[in-house]
Amino acid sequence: MNSKNKILASIRKQPVREISLPDSNGFGIRYEDPLGQFENMLERVGGVALRVADQAQIAETLESIEVYRSAKWVLNGVPGVQRDNPDEVPVGDPRALEQLDVAVLPGELMVAENGAIWVSTENVKHRVVYVIAEHLILVVDAQQIVHNLHEAYDRLSFEQVQYGLFISGPSKTADIAATLVKGAQGARSLHVLLVGPPPPTPER
Amino acid sequence: MNHPSQAARYVADQERAHWHDNVIWFMREKRDQAVNVIPEWEELRELGARIKGHTLSRLDDYLERFESQAKQLGVQIHWALDAEEHNQIVAGILQAAGARKVVKSKSMLTEECHLNQFLQERNIQVTDTDLGERIVQLRQEAPSHIITPAIHIKHEEVAELFHEHFGTDLSASDPDQLVAVARDALRRTFIEADAAITGVNFAVAETGGFVVCTNEGNVDMGTGLPRLHIACMGIEKVIPRIKDLGVFLRLLARSSTGQPITVYTSHFHGPAAGGELHLVIVDNGRSQLLQKRKFNKALNCIRCGACMNTCPVYRRSGGHSYGYTIPGPIGSVLGPSRKLKQFYSLPYASSLCGSCTAVCPVKIDLHHQLLEWRKEIAGAGILPWTKRFTMKVASLVLRNTWLYRTSGWIARVMLRRLPRAVVYHRLNLWGRQRDFPRIPDTSFRQWYAQRNHEQQK
Ligand code: SF4
Repeated sequence: MNSKNKILASIRKQPVREISLPDSNGFGIRYEDPLGQFENMLERVGGVALRVADQAQIAETLESIEVYRSAKWVLNGVPGVQRDNPDEVPVGDPRALEQLDVAVLPGELMVAENGAIWVSTENVKHRVVYVIAEHLILVVDAQQIVHNLHEAYDRLSFEQVQYGLFISGPSKTADIAATLVKGAQGARSLHVLLVGPPPPTPER
Repeated sequence: MNHPSQAARYVADQERAHWHDNVIWFMREKRDQAVNVIPEWEELRELGARIKGHTLSRLDDYLERFESQAKQLGVQIHWALDAEEHNQIVAGILQAAGARKVVKSKSMLTEECHLNQFLQERNIQVTDTDLGERIVQLRQEAPSHIITPAIHIKHEEVAELFHEHFGTDLSASDPDQLVAVARDALRRTFIEADAAITGVNFAVAETGGFVVCTNEGNVDMGTGLPRLHIACMGIEKVIPRIKDLGVFLRLLARSSTGQPITVYTSHFHGPAAGGELHLVIVDNGRSQLLQKRKFNKALNCIRCGACMNTCPVYRRSGGHSYGYTIPGPIGSVLGPSRKLKQFYSLPYASSLCGSCTAVCPVKIDLHHQLLEWRKEIAGAGILPWTKRFTMKVASLVLRNTWLYRTSGWIARVMLRRLPRAVVYHRLNLWGRQRDFPRIPDTSFRQWYAQRNHEQQK
């Protein structure tokens, strides 16, 4: 018998009685103002939220971000956003991204409860771009927000998405003397641009 | 291995013991704050416990489902009966790919299997990339906590360590500066790595994907650069549906560090373009634990660390005093299930206050299990004679009214009069780090009788 069958046979000897699988549909905290809650949480986890009236204002808002202005190399993954010196060399080996200063990339969905933004390989060539850039800027449609994680998983699809990530704030660690420090291995800072009008207040 | 003697060494350094106690309690307080803002927290725990209970009741089905889904995504699945087979498989994959430099992200399983040593013996260089794990690796120690592995080390000591290994200034001992040093050093390691090894927090049977949670982003740095990724998971990590992640991710981060979610929650559903993704599913004693009716709920564990943060014994005795890969209450129930003789003292490293059970996000009956283990251990006759003897005496005294009253009287009189050396002798294990409270003049009985008498007047 191979290891797999041995393990399964051993598992089948278990005496646990059958318990039905509970459902979490419609479960979870909801907020009066989900976007406001998201902004609050993002700030709490060390990120910065910036509201942007419409697509046309994105470039201007980006220029207001210090790390963007002073960056030597910016990788731009948001359509319609241009910069004076866009150094968008298409890279073959992800290691070439080592010197990347700023990545501007689309975020797909925000979670009000925890300030997380869903991103995935649908929008990038190399998965590592989300963490290897010194600074990360995500651009999200302000309407794309859910109250809590349960709702988020109802919305997300995992077909054809080999890699996806919830990001909640800049990389951090509390491993030295339990002191929280930003900029461990991943991006040192996170800005989130919330583009367009906020979602209508949900009926409760 | 014996918890009391290891703990005694630890508390001898009073200042450090108090510092550790405070640092760990701080995490417990953050957990409370994060939990209190969720009105449905108790229902969430119930959901988590029931989903885990359900999964364990048909674990074989879910593992098979997971395997076939994962294979469809192009993931290569391996099964390992024990630590040795796990290590062989991982080494085999690395050798086949010609990998010499490997970056590893936090995985208690590979720690349990002593993978690092195994690979190093085969000329494969492993670097732990979680900062806390890197620190303990450089110090050639084991982690002392499952979430913050270097929590027992002060920042000045980290500065000394970095000075020694990276030649940095000794005065650069701010956590900020130290993190910056580690970041630069680790960046190079990531760039040069041939392969990445990670743990798994949750494996989803429905989709065949798996999720890993970190705050530092080391999993994503590690797996995003080399073309080979090996993930290692225990059989209990599988959950039925993608939406169950909503339940467990909410429970995990809030319970562990008091964050609303970890900074990075990475979902892997297949290898990167041109890359290879392997998954090793490991039993190593878990299926035997599953067969033990009284103890199998311990497999619900999502490794959040809340039970150790809240435990008065863990906080004061430090993670290393347990001598098992996983310390704290959960380690104390898992250890004896692996090797009863070696870890018999762990279920006694508890005051049975029940705080662990109260915080556990997946409702493991931790303090009940600790008590159950004590029964098994006493039954197996492996307790040292001092403990057996005192327990025998206690049982005799407690069963006999006359003896009980008389010894109470003797104790009250004697404890006040006897010289210290006579009371705190070698057999008084309890009194080694503790003093008796002030001895009252009257027994409760006398006080109660007197009070009744006075009230009737
Ligand atoms: S036993 Fe419960 S509290 Fe302890 S680490 Fe596991 S899940 Fe967390």
